[in-house]
Amino acid sequence: MSKFPEHIAIEKANPTAVLDWHERFGDRTLIVEAKQIVEVVRTLKDAFGYDMLVDLTCVDYLPRRPRFEMVYHFLNVESKARLRVKAQLEESHARVASLMEFYPIADWFEREVWDLFGIKFEGHTNLKRIMLYEEFEGHPLRKDYPKTKRQPLMGPQN
Amino acid sequence: MSELIQSPTMDMTRSLSSNVMTTRFDKLLGWARKYSLFQYPFVTACCGMEFMSTACSHYDLDRFGAAFPRFSPRQADVIWVVGTISHKIAPVLKTIYEQMADPKWVVSFGACASCGGPYDNYATVQGIDTIIPVDVYIAGCPPRPEAVLDGLLKLQELIQNQKHEWK
Repeated sequence: MSKFPEHIAIEKANPTAVLDWHERFGDRTLIVEAKQIVEVVRTLKDAFGYDMLVDLTCVDYLPRRPRFEMVYHFLNVESKARLRVKAQLEESHARVASLMEFYPIADWFEREVWDLFGIKFEGHTNLKRIMLYEEFEGHPLRKDYPKTKRQPLMGPQN
Repeated sequence: MSELIQSPTMDMTRSLSSNVMTTRFDKLLGWARKYSLFQYPFVTACCGMEFMSTACSHYDLDRFGAAFPRFSPRQADVIWVVGTISHKIAPVLKTIYEQMADPKWVVSFGACASCGGPYDNYATVQGIDTIIPVDVYIAGCPPRPEAVLDGLLKLQELIQNQKHEWK
């Protein structure tokens, strides 16, 4: 397998940005340095025309370190090319730059990840819960959130 | 002598029997109310498709006098809670129930509304009867329209036989 063009271009601009990469069944994945996600996305959008952020989510790999992994799915609407970008985050530094300036849809995606995983997005202008209610404490999709814990607004606790 | 006293009563019974029906006022009210159910569909999830199917012409909820959806709780007699109720929407459901004027009934439609269904998690209310009183539960995930009609008939039976507040 040879490096794909996006990989080469990102490496040229930011030599330390790409940590790993793989390609299976035509699905291409780049694992990048979380601190450089903005530069990576800028290259992908400006030079390769990835104009749609199809999905932005997070995975909790507890007890692995680094614990969290951000997953971004990009699509070039014109050429139908797809690219997956992952960035790993330590629990002690669960924050990453917001992509709001590139993709307006990142606003809601990032609020969802903040709500359910508790990842902070730097530069997000309105980072508050989108699914759960304001009274909810904690982030329920984290693996260490107790499975049976309930926080009802009314009615019995369980 | 005894014949003289009895005969007017006998005559009255004979003449009234073909023109008058006697009943209890409760039963009369029950009969009127069970065939005129204005419903408030509180639809939150996929069960709504089965509710629509039941309400439309193929299964025709109107045959049972329950065709008229009112999207104002003030005008509704029965609230159909159709679908998953999350903790976030629970206070809304409670408010809408309280806004309904008496007499009012609650139908819990499908597994989620009745007991949380497959969702035993941080987000889902484990049965709406933890929040509001329920009259009829309809089982199914989602229930077939036949089950919905059966639930409606059960509700009508309940309304027919219950004690009504009218004094």
